[in-house]
Amino acid sequence: MNLSLLILLPLATGIGLLFCRGVKQVRSLSLVGSVAQLGLAFLLLLEYWKDRAAGNNAKMLYENDFTWFRPLNIHYHVGVDGISIAMILLTAFVVVAGVLVSWTVEKLNKEFFFLLIFLSVGAYGFFISLDLFTLFFFLEVAVIPKFLLIGIWGSGKKEYSAMKLALMLMAGSALVFVGLAGLYFNTGTFDVMAISQMKIAPAIQKFFFPFAFIGFGIFTALFPFHTWVPDGHSSAPTAASMFLAGISMKLGGYGCLRVATFLMPDAAHTYSWVIILLATIAIIYGAFATMMQKDLKYINAYSSVSHCGFVLLGIGMLTRTSINGAVLQMVSHGLMTALFFAAIGMIYSRTHTREVAKLGGLLKVTPFISTVFVIAGLASLGLPGLSGFVAEMTVFMGAWQNPDNMYRLATILACASIVVTAVYILRAAGKTVMGPISENYIKLKDASWNEKLAAGLLIAGILVIGIAPFLVFQLITPGTDVIMQQLAKTIIP
Amino acid sequence: MASVPLEHILFLSTALFFIGMYGLFTRRNMITMLMSLELILNSVNINFVAFNKYVWPGKLDGIFFTIFIITIAAAEAAVAIAIIINLYRSHKSIDVEDATDLKW
Amino acid sequence: MSYLQYIFLVPLLPLAAFVLLGVFGRKYFKKSSGIIGTAALLGSTVVSLYTAWNYFFVSGKVDGVYQKFSAFNFKWLEFGPGISIDMGGTVDTISVMMLVVVSFVSLMVHIFSLGYMKGEERFPTYYAFLGLFTFSMLGLVLSSNIFQIYVFWELVGVSSYLLIGYYFEKPSAVAASKKAFIVTRFADLGFLIGILVLGFYSETLDFGLLIQRLTDPTSTQYLAITAGSFLGVSALTWGLVLVFAGGAGKSAMFPLHIWLPDAMEGPTPVSALIHAATMVVAGVFLVARLFPVFQMSAAALEIVTWIGVSSALIAAIIACTQNDIKRVLAYSTMSQIGYMMFALGVAGSGTADNPGFTGSMFHLFTHAFFKSLLFLAAGAVIHMVHSNDMRDMGGLRRLMPVTHLAFLVACLAIAGIPPFSGFFSKEEILLAAYESNKIVYAIGLFTSALTAFYMFRLYFSIFWNKSQRQANDHHREAGFSMKLPLVVLTVCALVAGFVPFSEFVTADGIPFISQLHIAFSLPPVTLAVVAILVAMFMYRKANNKPEKAAALFGGLYKAASRKFYIDELYMFVTKKVIFNFIGGPAAWIDKNIVDGFMNLLAFITAAFSEFIKGIQSGRVQSYALYFFGGVIGLAAVFIYFWK
Repeated sequence: MNLSLLILLPLATGIGLLFCRGVKQVRSLSLVGSVAQLGLAFLLLLEYWKDRAAGNNAKMLYENDFTWFRPLNIHYHVGVDGISIAMILLTAFVVVAGVLVSWTVEKLNKEFFFLLIFLSVGAYGFFISLDLFTLFFFLEVAVIPKFLLIGIWGSGKKEYSAMKLALMLMAGSALVFVGLAGLYFNTGTFDVMAISQMKIAPAIQKFFFPFAFIGFGIFTALFPFHTWVPDGHSSAPTAASMFLAGISMKLGGYGCLRVATFLMPDAAHTYSWVIILLATIAIIYGAFATMMQKDLKYINAYSSVSHCGFVLLGIGMLTRTSINGAVLQMVSHGLMTALFFAAIGMIYSRTHTREVAKLGGLLKVTPFISTVFVIAGLASLGLPGLSGFVAEMTVFMGAWQNPDNMYRLATILACASIVVTAVYILRAAGKTVMGPISENYIKLKDASWNEKLAAGLLIAGILVIGIAPFLVFQLITPGTDVIMQQLAKTIIP
Repeated sequence: MASVPLEHILFLSTALFFIGMYGLFTRRNMITMLMSLELILNSVNINFVAFNKYVWPGKLDGIFFTIFIITIAAAEAAVAIAIIINLYRSHKSIDVEDATDLKW
Repeated sequence: MSYLQYIFLVPLLPLAAFVLLGVFGRKYFKKSSGIIGTAALLGSTVVSLYTAWNYFFVSGKVDGVYQKFSAFNFKWLEFGPGISIDMGGTVDTISVMMLVVVSFVSLMVHIFSLGYMKGEERFPTYYAFLGLFTFSMLGLVLSSNIFQIYVFWELVGVSSYLLIGYYFEKPSAVAASKKAFIVTRFADLGFLIGILVLGFYSETLDFGLLIQRLTDPTSTQYLAITAGSFLGVSALTWGLVLVFAGGAGKSAMFPLHIWLPDAMEGPTPVSALIHAATMVVAGVFLVARLFPVFQMSAAALEIVTWIGVSSALIAAIIACTQNDIKRVLAYSTMSQIGYMMFALGVAGSGTADNPGFTGSMFHLFTHAFFKSLLFLAAGAVIHMVHSNDMRDMGGLRRLMPVTHLAFLVACLAIAGIPPFSGFFSKEEILLAAYESNKIVYAIGLFTSALTAFYMFRLYFSIFWNKSQRQANDHHREAGFSMKLPLVVLTVCALVAGFVPFSEFVTADGIPFISQLHIAFSLPPVTLAVVAILVAMFMYRKANNKPEKAAALFGGLYKAASRKFYIDELYMFVTKKVIFNFIGGPAAWIDKNIVDGFMNLLAFITAAFSEFIKGIQSGRVQSYALYFFGGVIGLAAVFIYFWK
């Protein structure tokens, strides 16, 4: 399968959108385009399974490589393994759901959908890139639309948030670029697979690892660079929040894994304690900070900080199980947080408030939305059968394999956060969908078809991971094994 | 007739140049500034002519350049006057300090 | 080896009911959802009864010992070689016994709810949740893997949450559901870490292998876990105590019991099923499941014993002072579970033939019947009186003869009067305690007298006390669907004691014959009878004796009626300490310091650019001046410094 289709399809959809006339055409083309993406992603998955079953043990499949700019040895090199496919599927799910929940956007709708679709170009490109330069290129492509989406269609102090988000992410990209440049000038190539075969001196790795890791870490809400998350999410329109939490934050996690850890394994070992420390702080502190929030979007944004901490914790622990868990957590968090934002958006569009204290008893009038909200909450607090549980438990199991006492302590603290998560989720659910209903909300209408479809799609994804985690494991484990081999190379100094 | 030494002519052109410079920096009136600009251009013209005569007597490059500059100066004066007139129409002033609409 | 493979139907039928009713119930099965749920449960019950018959009487025993079989096993999530979460079905004595209890009681509750919940707007949802709960509980008892039990453990927790919060418009119900979930979640944290500890050292999550490795003193895993220590306590004890913490939370053991009384906000049949008969004994089941491992750590058993016995006593004292009938029953549940716990505790530390394990399981078995009977009967009463407060009741015995009889039988059973079922099981527990620890025995004896007292206080307050109500009252006894479970359970509460339990369920699978010692039975029975008489004397007719008695105990009475201020303590810790001293500062720091730092960076950048902006004045003349200055400067450089 030609992976470039994944970039070309949304690009074509986006360009097609520019020629659309009227709301209806714009909507239908976006929906068709995003569903086609989803189809393509599934096709990729099927093909991948078929090839793996047929005994194809290559590290990367469907590679495609041509020189883009010879003087600097920049290639357009794409290829996927199980981890990237999981991410691509996640992106496809969130894009379709995002298009569906934005169905009623009226203001500049052509531009809105164009930016949404364009964002996915960046995400797909990022996940399939095997060349650091194109990887960086697509990372940037994924940042810019967010600035516009928040700045134009946002709510609240949107200019401030858009600026903050764009600046912090740009700072992240700048750091990433320093890390990439460091790799390039010490190996002479941007090619991920080629660099992974080389031996970079540990001192150089130790110098450049922090740049790459913190740079990508900013994307995935690494403490203390997470403050764009709450402001950015809360000001963004629903679909943008979903993209931001569902996809953008995963760009960072994937980058931390694929670039920082995979290419600089010595440094990963050296700095693992720092990563774990920061991740543990993010987990616990994010959870406690969430407890005090009064706005639903802030609650979910802070809880994202806490949940993405699990991703970093899993990466930092450097065991096979924990890295599997990190990948699983990325996918799971992407789906459930998108679902959560979708539910919040549905509630907001009806009640025009996101303040927990002003809501109440919505289960009575909007049972579907409320159920979605509760399911998202339960997924977030790690109910078995939903995706969060599987991911978190895998991270914990993996983290516990590390017999050092301080690492154990970090694991226990991370485990403790699930109690705090229960506290804030149940508080939010108890005050929002349960309790006596206010007079103002007695006439609210329940979800429309597009909202039902969006929620159903995301819930289906969450359920599949939650009920049949072995499928996802089967998918990502070969990829993790490659990373583990790379890490194992360096254990003996 | 004893020929005028080159230094005298250069002195004249330098003086002219700095007078023009001074006018350009200190005057706020655009017409005056344009006139100062003309002074500067003419000081350059004098230099060209002088150097052509004293250094490369057999060539005509300096003369050509002088004519070229005179032509450009005429065109430039026309454009500048047009801008100034338009500015005057919209701002009722030809003071450079008042034309700050494009400033950040 | 696959054995009794059809057993997977037992949990699957309720699950199917849950999915069907949960997804389509509101639209298509508004009326018939109750029937669908009940039918599914009927199927489950039949299969589990057949399984029990097959296991206990036909094929379970090999060479006189009941074996442990695996009905099915399925790798659900493989973490690494040897470490995986399997979804399996274990068939052994306790799981089969629990299977019967859970499906049977659940069936009774399903039938009872047909009448009790009739006309509720969210009727299908209710049955969906009941199905979910039953599925999870059945999955829990069948677990073959310690992580599998955790999975279902969480699922029963959430179904309990959903059912307690069923009346979601009542703030008290919402608060209670939240409290129940969070308290048990907190306990589950211990469970989870315990699993991590045990799983790490034993290098497996499978119950069979784990028990085998950790009970063999020569295995490398056993040596590792006893060598590993933290704060001077061996990793084995840590692991077990942490796992027990999870069990204690679910089973409402002191000091994690605070959620159980509040959980009574749920519909009464739910209380009967979840908070009396099945879910709350999950902790006991967990300890019983890991019993061989617990036997390897005396310290862990000691903790189990003392937590159990103190819970039994404290709950009994509090129960004497409560007026809400469901709360009295809740505390009595906690007290009885305390019995089961300490029975397990003393069984492990006593001699090899100690009947504690059997006694505990026996009590679990009989308790499930008489306690669900008590709750359902209380439900029938509440359904009629529309109040939970026993002071609003009285003189109901003529109006509700069936309920009255059922309640009386259950009270006699729980009080331990022969020949009702509770007598036999409690006798065995006390015997076990007597054999191993006299202090525990004494407390157990005293608690059993208290039990008789508060149960009959309840009984007399509801059914006697006030003058007879008028017959023309609009109150009438409940319909057939509510009477049937009462009658069936009454019969069970009567005869369950005669099951020769020790011939079926023992710690090691080897049956033995337990004998009744008349001399040993005498003190508890006498005490219980005396307690009943005291209760009768105080509460049969309306009078001021209770107040006098309360005054007699003074401070103790007040403290007990306020539940020993444990709730207040928790409230203080959570509301005041955690919110104000951890959550508040975290949010503040984030907003002001961390984010403030980011904003400071932005501010510095902006200030700097403001400074350089001055140079870009927009005046062409100054630009020209700079330009000219630059030219002069460059000229100077070229002329004088460029050599």
